[in-house]
Amino acid sequence: MVLRRRRRTQQGEPAPEPATGSAPTSTPPEPTPPAPPALRERLGRTRGLFAPLRALGARGEVAAAYDAAEEALLRADVGVETTQSLISSLRQSRPVGPGGVLAALADRLAEVFAENPDRSLRVERAPGVVSVWLFVGVNGVGKTTTVGKVALARREQGDSVLLAAADTFRAAAGDQLAQWSERAGVALHRGAPGSDPSSVVFDAIQRAGARGNDLVLVDTAGRLHTKVNLIEELRKIRRVADRPPGRVTEVLLVLDATTGQNALAQARQFTEAVGVTGVVLAKLDGTAKGGVVIPIERQLGLPVKLVGVGEGLADLVPFDPAAFVDALVGA
Amino acid sequence: MFDALSERLERVAGRLRSRGRISPADLEEALAEIRTALLEADVELGVARHFIEGVRARLSGQALSASLTPGQQVVKAVHAQLVEALGGQALRLTYASRPPTVVLLAGLQGAGKTTAAAKLARWWRGQGRNPLLVGADLQRPAAVEQLRVLGASAQVRVFSQPGDPVSTAVAGVEEARRLGRDVCIIDTAGRLSVDQELMDEVRRISERTEPHYTFLVVDAMTGQDAAATARAFHDALALDGVVLSKLDSDARGGAALSVKEVVGRPIVFASTGERLEDLDLFHPDRMADRILGMGDVLSLIEQAERTMDQEVVARSAERMLAGRFGLDDFLDQLHQVRKMGSLGGVLRMLPGMNRELRQAADQIDDRQVARVEAIVRSMTPAERADPSIIDGSRRVRIARGSGSSTQEVNQLLKQFKEMQKLMRTVGRGGVPGGRMGRLAAARDLAAAGGLSDALAGLAPPRPPAADLASGRPAARGRKGARKKGGRVTPPKGR
Ligand SMILES: Nc1nc2c(ncn2[C@@H]2O[C@H](COP(=O)(O)OP(=O)(O)OP(=O)(O)O)[C@@H](O)[C@H]2O)c(=O)[nH]1
Ligand SMILES: Nc1nc2c(ncn2[C@@H]2O[C@H](COP(=O)(O)OP(=O)(O)O)[C@@H](O)[C@H]2O)c(=O)[nH]1
Ligand SMILES: [Mg+2]
Ligand SMILES: [Mg+2]
Repeated sequence: MVLRRRRRTQQGEPAPEPATGSAPTSTPPEPTPPAPPALRERLGRTRGLFAPLRALGARGEVAAAYDAAEEALLRADVGVETTQSLISSLRQSRPVGPGGVLAALADRLAEVFAENPDRSLRVERAPGVVSVWLFVGVNGVGKTTTVGKVALARREQGDSVLLAAADTFRAAAGDQLAQWSERAGVALHRGAPGSDPSSVVFDAIQRAGARGNDLVLVDTAGRLHTKVNLIEELRKIRRVADRPPGRVTEVLLVLDATTGQNALAQARQFTEAVGVTGVVLAKLDGTAKGGVVIPIERQLGLPVKLVGVGEGLADLVPFDPAAFVDALVGA
Repeated sequence: MFDALSERLERVAGRLRSRGRISPADLEEALAEIRTALLEADVELGVARHFIEGVRARLSGQALSASLTPGQQVVKAVHAQLVEALGGQALRLTYASRPPTVVLLAGLQGAGKTTAAAKLARWWRGQGRNPLLVGADLQRPAAVEQLRVLGASAQVRVFSQPGDPVSTAVAGVEEARRLGRDVCIIDTAGRLSVDQELMDEVRRISERTEPHYTFLVVDAMTGQDAAATARAFHDALALDGVVLSKLDSDARGGAALSVKEVVGRPIVFASTGERLEDLDLFHPDRMADRILGMGDVLSLIEQAERTMDQEVVARSAERMLAGRFGLDDFLDQLHQVRKMGSLGGVLRMLPGMNRELRQAADQIDDRQVARVEAIVRSMTPAERADPSIIDGSRRVRIARGSGSSTQEVNQLLKQFKEMQKLMRTVGRGGVPGGRMGRLAAARDLAAAGGLSDALAGLAPPRPPAADLASGRPAARGRKGARKKGGRVTPPKGR
């Protein structure tokens, strides 16, 4: 099923979006057009990886079904180790026929996601507290875009939002975020290019406190998890953001859905450095399946909270495990 | 988690080495390990499969080499195959007789196109060219601004205009011609291969500007999707080459193989950082090492092949297996290893060295080897041939003669005794495979149980060496070797 995407019409015309709702399963948006597409519609852009398994038919060999399932999981970037352990747990449940294998696999995957049931995004409502969400990740994954999308979603939920442009490194990063702040209709605090990012964050939070904002969304510069000094810089940003009135309530790691097994290393090391609370899986509107979030959920216990499905302001949806599994193993 | 392929193969090598020829069953086992290593490195499944077939053809029925362990031999073959697959015909950049030479960059969102455009501009400037940058990404907020900032620091002029990307690109080439620029680099918006509209757009840019070179920019961290994406861009644009970005990450970078296989055009440049100077020509051999996670194993193998004096090795192996391995043979071995370079460096390159051990190896001082040597040299020939005659007073004499303490002498003798015991077990158990198999066994033993233990047995002259000397990693190695009794399995962290 290939679904044509509306061409970027969303830009500049804010659409209602339940993106950051606290319910783990998505409730349908208010019927105000243009409604954001459901995850499962956006994910159906390629022929399913499990088509070969389905093609085996009801009377196909179970052994062939395991092979087909293994191949599909590997192609979805689930990784060798997790794929093998999923397949061997499938075998233990002794499913009947290829259909049984597929159903059992969907169950297993659902179980993995059920281990991390809390996918809510926290905002501290206490007086005199400004909640801070940090957006972190390696270069080019979609942090700034996600900040723009989340800004709109939270504004529409009634939060008073301020954006902090703490990427003072990449060329024109501040200008990029400034355009998002206009699109989303929220205020922006930015520092001079090359200035210390943690001082930008500090100033933004002070300003938010004075203005009475509830939430500061911090866009940080892309950095590889292996660069010690840059990770140290991020630690410092986090420390500063936790100074009153600031309180870091979410550290969101943005992952690119096209990334392979390295995403696991990213998740591990960003978590160790700054205590990631959730994952945003961006660019899931492409042909990549983002299956690496399965080992990330399973081994690191990190919940995926949001999914990016396009470049427009409204192209963000809450992560819905059922829809994700369905899109992965579905036809 | 990501074990180096060399480590995996050393693990299956126990059986590989047992015959003079690589048997079909052994081969299958090794190939399964290779497949896993490739998948963990993010090589696309179909590409990995195809690659494995090539390796199978290369290895089946191959005779075992005398100077390499079977594991090393397989690694070497895989590596050679990989270098071939990643390399092939290099792209010779030529320049249009009627300037400008037009270069078009395309790829997914966030791949690194804009950065690469500026880096290439800087690179061409370094080649004495006079490039113009064209900002045809009118999609991403502040994309043109980003290019302008980067262009300014590369001291390269940037052209862009509002409107639509196709006419902007065309106008950019016109501008380059008007200004007499000889290279014109067009930066485009990121796009998904399934976005028909945007794929049509970039196709039209290509048709209208007729680029001499079209490069796909691919993020080295990309997973399985790399192949499908590359195929779609190649279908739309007939790519001339690939720029691999973010190679400063710790990703294995199997996407390089996937893309190369699908596109069949060379990977030309490697981007290795956020600064404009972080651009290199692509080196297939380095990339092959990286995908396989092998560090410098290959260079060690080559050095070993060059330097190991086969006769000396053979002699001490025979004696070793006959249980007549004395301290003189041990010294011979030490010299063999030292011929290859500094001991720390050699140990660091040994296959199967994990990071922990590698760090420890860095701290080994060649002075420790010198100390072993001094102790052995202070012994009489009779003592060297049969260390069991060395009693208390002899120890004191040897210590004094070699300028070491009696504890150090004791340690060395103790380690040596352990080693001899182990060797006798091997000798009795009879390593199958004739001289070849025994040679390999002897070599492994020397590397696994012998040398590192002897070094571990020496009191460290200074604290940094404590890691190795106090035997944390080495002790693990010892245990591994002993537990397995007669079977010579190089412990994982040798
Ligand atoms: N198709 C698609 N594109 C996306 C999505 N999210 C972001 N992008 C695009 O990906 C590219 C990089 O996004 P950015 O938001 O600039 O990424 P970033 O992580 O801030 O990048 P750096 O700050 O440079 O590290 C842009 O071209 C975005 O338009 C998504 O969900 N789907
Ligand atoms: N670490 C690292 N970052 C890079 C490299 N190349 C580009 N980047 C960063 O990746 C991000 C996206 O790059 P950009 O050139 O804007 O990508 P584009 O969207 O394809 O034009 C930016 O933050 C760049 O600084 C690289 O080789 N290494
Ligand atoms: Mg950014
Ligand atoms: Mg760009």
